[in-house]
Amino acid sequence: MKRNKDNRLFPAELVKESLKQSFVKLNPRLMIKNPVMFTVEIGTIVMLVVTLYAMITGNKEQGSAAYNLLVFIVLFLTVLFANFAEAIAEARGKAQAESLRKTREETPAKLIQAVGEIFTNEIKIVSSSRLRKGDVFVCEPGDIVPADGEIIKGLASIDESAITGESAPVIREAGGDKSSVVGGTKVLSDRITVQVSTEPGESFLDKMIALVEGASRQKTPNEIALTILLASFTLVFIIVCVTLKPFADYAQTPITIAAFISLFVCLIPTTIGGLLSAIGIAGMDRALRANVITKSGKAVETAGDVDVLLLDKTGTITIGNRKATNFYATNGVVKEEFIRLCALSSLSDDTPEGKSIVELAGKDIVNKLSTDGASMIKFTAETRSSGIDLRDGTRIRKGAYDAIRNMAANAGNDFPAETLAWVQTISKNGGTPLVVALNNKVQGVIELQDIIKPGIQERFERLRKMGVKTVMVTGDNPLTAKYIATKAGVDDFIAEAKPEDKMHYIKKEQTEGRLVAMMGDGTNDAPALAQADVGVAMNSGTQAAKEAGNMVDLDNDPTKLIEIVEIGKQLLMTRGTLTTFSIANDVAKYFAIVPALFIASIPALQGINIMKLHSPESAILSAVIFNAIIIPLLIPLALRGVAYKPIGASALLRRNLLIYGVGGIIVPFIGIKLIDLVVSVFF
Amino acid sequence: MTTEILGVIVTYGLTLLLAWPLGKYIAKVFNGDRTMLDFMAPMESLFYKLSGINPREEMNWKQHLKALLTINLVWFVYAFFVLIFQDHLPLNPDGNPGQTPDLAFNTAISFVVNCNLQHYSGESGVSYFSQLFVLAFLQFVSAATGIAALVVVLKALREKTTDKLGNFWEFFVKSITRLLLPLSIVMAIILAFNGTPASYKGKGSYVSMQGDTVNVSRGPAAGMIAIKHLGTNGGGWFGANSSHPLENPNYITYITEMVAQVIIPIAMIFALGYFIRRKKFAYVVFGIMTIGMLCLLIPTIITEVNGNPAIAHMGVTQPTGAMEGKEVRFGPAGSAYWSVVTTIISTGSVNAWHDSTMPVSGLMQLLGMMINSFYGGCGVGFLNYFVYIIIAVFISGLMVGRTPEFMGHKLEAREVKIAALITLLSPFLILAGTALSSYVLAHHPDADWAVKPSAWLNNPGYHGFSEMLYEYTSANANNGSGFEGLGDNNIFWNITTGFVLILGRFLPIIGPLAIAGLLAKKKYIPASAGTLKTDSLTFGVVTLAVIIIINALSYFPALTLGPIAEYLSLH
Repeated sequence: MKRNKDNRLFPAELVKESLKQSFVKLNPRLMIKNPVMFTVEIGTIVMLVVTLYAMITGNKEQGSAAYNLLVFIVLFLTVLFANFAEAIAEARGKAQAESLRKTREETPAKLIQAVGEIFTNEIKIVSSSRLRKGDVFVCEPGDIVPADGEIIKGLASIDESAITGESAPVIREAGGDKSSVVGGTKVLSDRITVQVSTEPGESFLDKMIALVEGASRQKTPNEIALTILLASFTLVFIIVCVTLKPFADYAQTPITIAAFISLFVCLIPTTIGGLLSAIGIAGMDRALRANVITKSGKAVETAGDVDVLLLDKTGTITIGNRKATNFYATNGVVKEEFIRLCALSSLSDDTPEGKSIVELAGKDIVNKLSTDGASMIKFTAETRSSGIDLRDGTRIRKGAYDAIRNMAANAGNDFPAETLAWVQTISKNGGTPLVVALNNKVQGVIELQDIIKPGIQERFERLRKMGVKTVMVTGDNPLTAKYIATKAGVDDFIAEAKPEDKMHYIKKEQTEGRLVAMMGDGTNDAPALAQADVGVAMNSGTQAAKEAGNMVDLDNDPTKLIEIVEIGKQLLMTRGTLTTFSIANDVAKYFAIVPALFIASIPALQGINIMKLHSPESAILSAVIFNAIIIPLLIPLALRGVAYKPIGASALLRRNLLIYGVGGIIVPFIGIKLIDLVVSVFF
Repeated sequence: MTTEILGVIVTYGLTLLLAWPLGKYIAKVFNGDRTMLDFMAPMESLFYKLSGINPREEMNWKQHLKALLTINLVWFVYAFFVLIFQDHLPLNPDGNPGQTPDLAFNTAISFVVNCNLQHYSGESGVSYFSQLFVLAFLQFVSAATGIAALVVVLKALREKTTDKLGNFWEFFVKSITRLLLPLSIVMAIILAFNGTPASYKGKGSYVSMQGDTVNVSRGPAAGMIAIKHLGTNGGGWFGANSSHPLENPNYITYITEMVAQVIIPIAMIFALGYFIRRKKFAYVVFGIMTIGMLCLLIPTIITEVNGNPAIAHMGVTQPTGAMEGKEVRFGPAGSAYWSVVTTIISTGSVNAWHDSTMPVSGLMQLLGMMINSFYGGCGVGFLNYFVYIIIAVFISGLMVGRTPEFMGHKLEAREVKIAALITLLSPFLILAGTALSSYVLAHHPDADWAVKPSAWLNNPGYHGFSEMLYEYTSANANNGSGFEGLGDNNIFWNITTGFVLILGRFLPIIGPLAIAGLLAKKKYIPASAGTLKTDSLTFGVVTLAVIIIINALSYFPALTLGPIAEYLSLH
């Protein structure tokens, strides 16, 4: 998250646009999607009529015109505040997405035109917006990649800082799992040929912007269920308010329309009703701020429910590559000589393992070595070993235990027992043994160890407390895998994993009713990504992987899943706590309004005016004003989300209940009283 | 006074002592385990054979509902016609007339739905035949209906994923043969030996010391009084219900009837723990229900024992507490305890006049019926509590950041919708009913009806309002007690409460059954550390908070105009 991100909640330019949108959203056809606020809008219109009536006729039956006007204004503000909450959430999400989209504004593209078979392909400069899916373009050093695509030829180092904020260039090449390039990034070296993978306007980012803007935003299952609950609360209060009329007739107490509507608006859960869609949008926005593009709001929500997390060992749990940590020479071999052999075999080996061997051997030894006239033997999948052939015909090989053992056995040499013992010890301790042979005779073992990322244990502990089981996926043998799993603190592991093993594991967990999340990048990850309930594809991954998952991580950060789970949980929690808060508020509002309604005819009800509000008018006004201003006051909370603390479900429930439930009962008593002190000056 | 309160504590303690083993026994019965009443099996088989029922046939939740609703409809039709034509039927030594259609409608419904609102008086309104073969019969089957419905729900909660929820007829028959019938026999014997009549003779008469001839109604009452309590029905043999000296002659029968009416509701909670194999969950539910009961009981006892402030103002001391409308043999504490128990569970039998209790007691009785799930009626008590649980699970699930789950099943829009509708129903029926009667009273007091609306209420003002509110609350809760003082035997009240009764009974059975059935069909999700534990005390408190908030928000204005205004005016 190094990219320059605007973390202010209300940047001025967004506020202006949102204010405009708040009025646009008054359109009843848009309002009806939110039943709670729609009823408030109807109430506002009724109050407008009453106010006009009182003004024109001067009739005081419904209270003074000024009082009615004030109630009308406060109700109108309530609706506007709710609209503003939604608008500002949309604006922030949109601004965030736009800042990503800006990186892919009009850039020249070097389109390859396949002009028939006789001529060679011709390169034509076109505008990036004219690129279609399937078109092929080339990029040379210094070019900005004009569109998302897949490299079909070549290899290049690319500066992706515009998207990820990471300044170190990355290598992207054709054919592998890192073949995707993203529009807006810059090619630093080499030439690549790229095939466009999406139609303009259909990239993930475009889809995400559409989601945020609401055009294609669908309510998530939880949101629907909550809307139903809120609608039924609204219905209860309609019943309460409508039946109050005959009750008042029986008690021979006239009640003004303003009082009825105020009571109703105060009681229905306007706070959560007004903030509900803002919370949902803010959830996607938070994901976007974490540089994750979600394909639906539901995906974020599902992330909060995840039970099992599949993580690749390399890059997630351990730092990229293994490092050499020890040399163990076979009996009869001088240790210094053995180290010399190891270093010699690795001098031309530029794999990270090879480099770490040279590093461990030390400068003193390495500086004395010479590889003139030697030929480097590269690692291949068949030989599973690499090494060097010196000018004098000496052959040094290092490789996996069984590969070297076979090599030695073929040459009629034994595998020394104490070396075998070392091999086993190293494996048991989570290391990888690399056996070294000189002219097919085993000389000793190099120990390679995985380095576990600092702080990863705490993250797994945090996940465990959330109730998420972590599973490490690795190609290592079970012994090594178990060692690392225990050391890193994951709950389970899949050793010697083939791509289909991930798939099996996910299916198994799912049939047992658990939700599984995984991260992947390769084409062979695609089926598993599609099968997982939450599949996060790395942006550097193949197009197939990105299509299969339901989120794309722009940072290519494998630990991102942990953040996503927390964002999902935050989203649900924010809804739950604000609902509780909203409903709890009603207690105080009742104590403000009900005595106010009947006090004229039942003076004894002064006994339940426990806030000692000044007059019936001031009591009602204070309650509606409180009801209105609590919405903007809570917008920051809705946008930021309620803090998630992994302290176990029951403890979390107690905590939130105390803050938002008990707090929700107490706060309005104080708030309404304070407002009443001000209002009572006028009424 | 200490002795009186001690009497209350002993009675409650005795209830728990008996409910505990009974709960275990009920779980065994519905589990199909061996019990000591297995000798009833041949009789049950005979019933099944005669009715062509295969008790091994598994039903899904819809089939259960179909069976339940159909048989209830049959009973209603049967009861309605017998009540109308009872004067032409045998066993009518006092020559009581047939009921008017509207009264028969109300009576039949109120007994079918386990309410027993009784807009008639037992001595003059029904024949012995109707008492025994309609009313007492319905008291058995309506209680068994509730228990069977609960067993279906429990079965759904117990299984991981299934739509096979046992056989309704088996649950229903066993509820009677293994539970209600044996207990009723024991209780009827205790009552008979303490002076409750059990003969088929008509009115007896004697000449009092003043020389007046007094006719005393009697009849085979002991059996009905037993099932009226055991089945949380509440419909008494005599009009004065359990304050009548023949229906509740002494303190021993008081204890017997008190224990009897609440024993099955409490035992069902313990049975639930054994049956679904989540004892801790059952204890938490029991604990919360008990706390709820105490919150209603303690203020009631205190106000009743302290006496009426209006009388105190006159300078009259009240050493025995508020005695208006109470029987000397039960006293204010005993009557207060009865009035709370009879309203929280849906019995509705009374041993003192609720109309005469203090406003605070009236408030507590109303709240008890509005909540209707602190122990609650036979079987249906937990069904009502279940709906509150669903709402609580949903809200607290969101609060811990996880899609809500209950007993390993995800709670989604459909279940929430049903739960929300059921929660909505009570305020709708109670408030709309009271609003309708208030409207008629305020705007058409002199309507040309058989009984003019202006003549409905014995008391004007807040108390009169409470009388109407109480009547609909009682009808909706299927409670059946009355805040008397309301002229309720006329078309308006018979018909309106009749509809409230039907809706207030069957929808709150259909809803939970549907929710449980839908949940049981879903994939089972094993619990993890992130799962909200529904058997924790924390969750219990959330449920209690949901119950309080929902009811407070729904009824605060109505209660303010009734008992609260009366209380504030009195002090």
